[in-house]
Amino acid sequence: MLDMLDRLGATIQTALPGAVSGYAVANEELTVTANAADIVKVATFLRDDPACQFICFIDVTAVDWPGREQRFDVVYHFMSPRLNQRIRVKCPTDEVTPVPSLIDVFRGADWFERETYDLYGVLFTGHPDMRRILTDYGFEGHPLRKDFPLTGFVEVRYDDEQKRVVYDKVRLAQEFRSFDFLSPWEGTDYPLPGDEKAVPTPPSQPQPTQGNKLTGEPDKKVSP
Amino acid sequence: MAETAVRNFTINFGPQHPAAHGVLRLVLELDGEIVERVDPHIGLLHRGTEKLVEHKTYLQAVPYFDRLDYVAPMNQEHAFCLAVEKLLGITVPKRAQYIRVLYSEIGRLLSHLLNVTTQAMDVGALTPPLWGFEEREKLMVFYERVSGSRMHAAYFRPGGVHQDMPLQLIDDIYDFCDPFLKVVGDLDSLLTNNRIFKQRNVDIAIVKLEDAWNWGFSGVMVRGSGAAWDLRKSQPYECYNELDFDIPVGKNGDCYDRYLIRMEEMRQSVKIMKQCCDKLRSPAGQGPVSVTDQKIVPPKRGEMKRSMEALIHHFKLYTEGYHVPQGEVYAAVEAPKGEFGVYLVADGTNKPYKCKIRAPGFAHLQAMDWLCKGHLLADVSAILGSIDIVFGEVDR
Repeated sequence: MLDMLDRLGATIQTALPGAVSGYAVANEELTVTANAADIVKVATFLRDDPACQFICFIDVTAVDWPGREQRFDVVYHFMSPRLNQRIRVKCPTDEVTPVPSLIDVFRGADWFERETYDLYGVLFTGHPDMRRILTDYGFEGHPLRKDFPLTGFVEVRYDDEQKRVVYDKVRLAQEFRSFDFLSPWEGTDYPLPGDEKAVPTPPSQPQPTQGNKLTGEPDKKVSP
Repeated sequence: MAETAVRNFTINFGPQHPAAHGVLRLVLELDGEIVERVDPHIGLLHRGTEKLVEHKTYLQAVPYFDRLDYVAPMNQEHAFCLAVEKLLGITVPKRAQYIRVLYSEIGRLLSHLLNVTTQAMDVGALTPPLWGFEEREKLMVFYERVSGSRMHAAYFRPGGVHQDMPLQLIDDIYDFCDPFLKVVGDLDSLLTNNRIFKQRNVDIAIVKLEDAWNWGFSGVMVRGSGAAWDLRKSQPYECYNELDFDIPVGKNGDCYDRYLIRMEEMRQSVKIMKQCCDKLRSPAGQGPVSVTDQKIVPPKRGEMKRSMEALIHHFKLYTEGYHVPQGEVYAAVEAPKGEFGVYLVADGTNKPYKCKIRAPGFAHLQAMDWLCKGHLLADVSAILGSIDIVFGEVDR
């Protein structure tokens, strides 16, 4: 089966030079990386090519990587009932570069793209009805972005004097607590705050400062 | 004769309407009684599950899945557990697989019972829900007896199931099966040849197979249109490949075919449940109900009282949780409503980096406009009933 996925990936890559930049097979799943601008071409090929026949639309979503220059990966899932295979197509994009809508290839992309726009702020061109879908009427912001706080910005309540529902700035009765349970007991490779002093770097080779992965702060100067 | 100005009539269907199956607001544009346009407004039950899951450890995320499709809670947990297990690279012991399949099928009965009977209610029948809910109650007691909770079970855990089930419970579930088939037969006799029910459902909302794929339909919506496509058969997970059951397939792709498929699926589910009960009582079905790797599954309480190491494991698992290796995975199960998938991105920490929940109802509901166009206003509720919407999973 892994062979088959490998071959399929290679077929797709050779058939769409330029549009598909690579493929990988991991966890028994095929992931194809494509150019966001060419996604319509890629999806049409996947749907119509006799060797693929990914006719079933499954899902569109995005993954937010705030550290990257192109912070979003728009992730498409398709399935081929004929091959009994699934495929994942990833297109990197950023906050301002729109991605062509797939709605002409797959009708089912309609709400999934609206949702991706709503929750991540990824823009789609060619979509006839790009409104918010899951969040409230008049909502601002894109809640699934990593820089959007879990508690949000506004809360609603019924105001008895005004006799209507009003929006307030969110007030937390207790400070939002985010526990960092990542411990050095197993599997962590980042320095805990304070630990960097324990291993002095040899003074002869100045190491490039890596910075603390957790806080993003640069490392403190290590005194020899 | 003077020309009268004719204009389309726009009405709001829901969000508080018994036939809206939850908090659905449909803006209907009517030309007389003919539906011209349907604009579903969803999100009234949006709770931000995906965002919350990103802030919880893998174990803490499980209960959120009960609250998606709250009609068949364990089927959702199942998809998440499969995704985590795939990333961790662990295989669940046989006994846990049988228990999972048994309860997935109970979930299927719960969902189909609710759907078939309330859809009948939407088109005017009152008795089916009363009969169906009596059976649902018994099934929920089975949920309660295994997990302590009637609905929000949190019973499937990555690595297996939470606790072993008592022998008496297996017997009781087995004894439930045959009388239940009689109830299905009773429902069948009320509805299948019922003139009104047929008039309201036959040839309503016909879906062609190619459209079904294109719209992202799955489950009964695809099978009703003639594809023998069921993830339990085509991409078998757990122990479905060693169980004997059939996949009912429709011919016309209308509401009536979908109803017939759901009825037959209930009978097939009972067949699977009986097989699972047999396997659970046989020597092959004995053994642990979760993986024995104590880095993933917490130790039993009795063990904790005696072993320091077990105590440490327990403490670590309920504070820090376990680390899931970096990677991404898509795991899907054949939930009662269709393909329920979880796309999980792990960054090597104890919390999911991203968890996208692919709900079948979301894909089905978006086609409402296309399905309803040209039908009568009264058909809207029949169509809504037959695409089987539960707002917990549509809105997430």
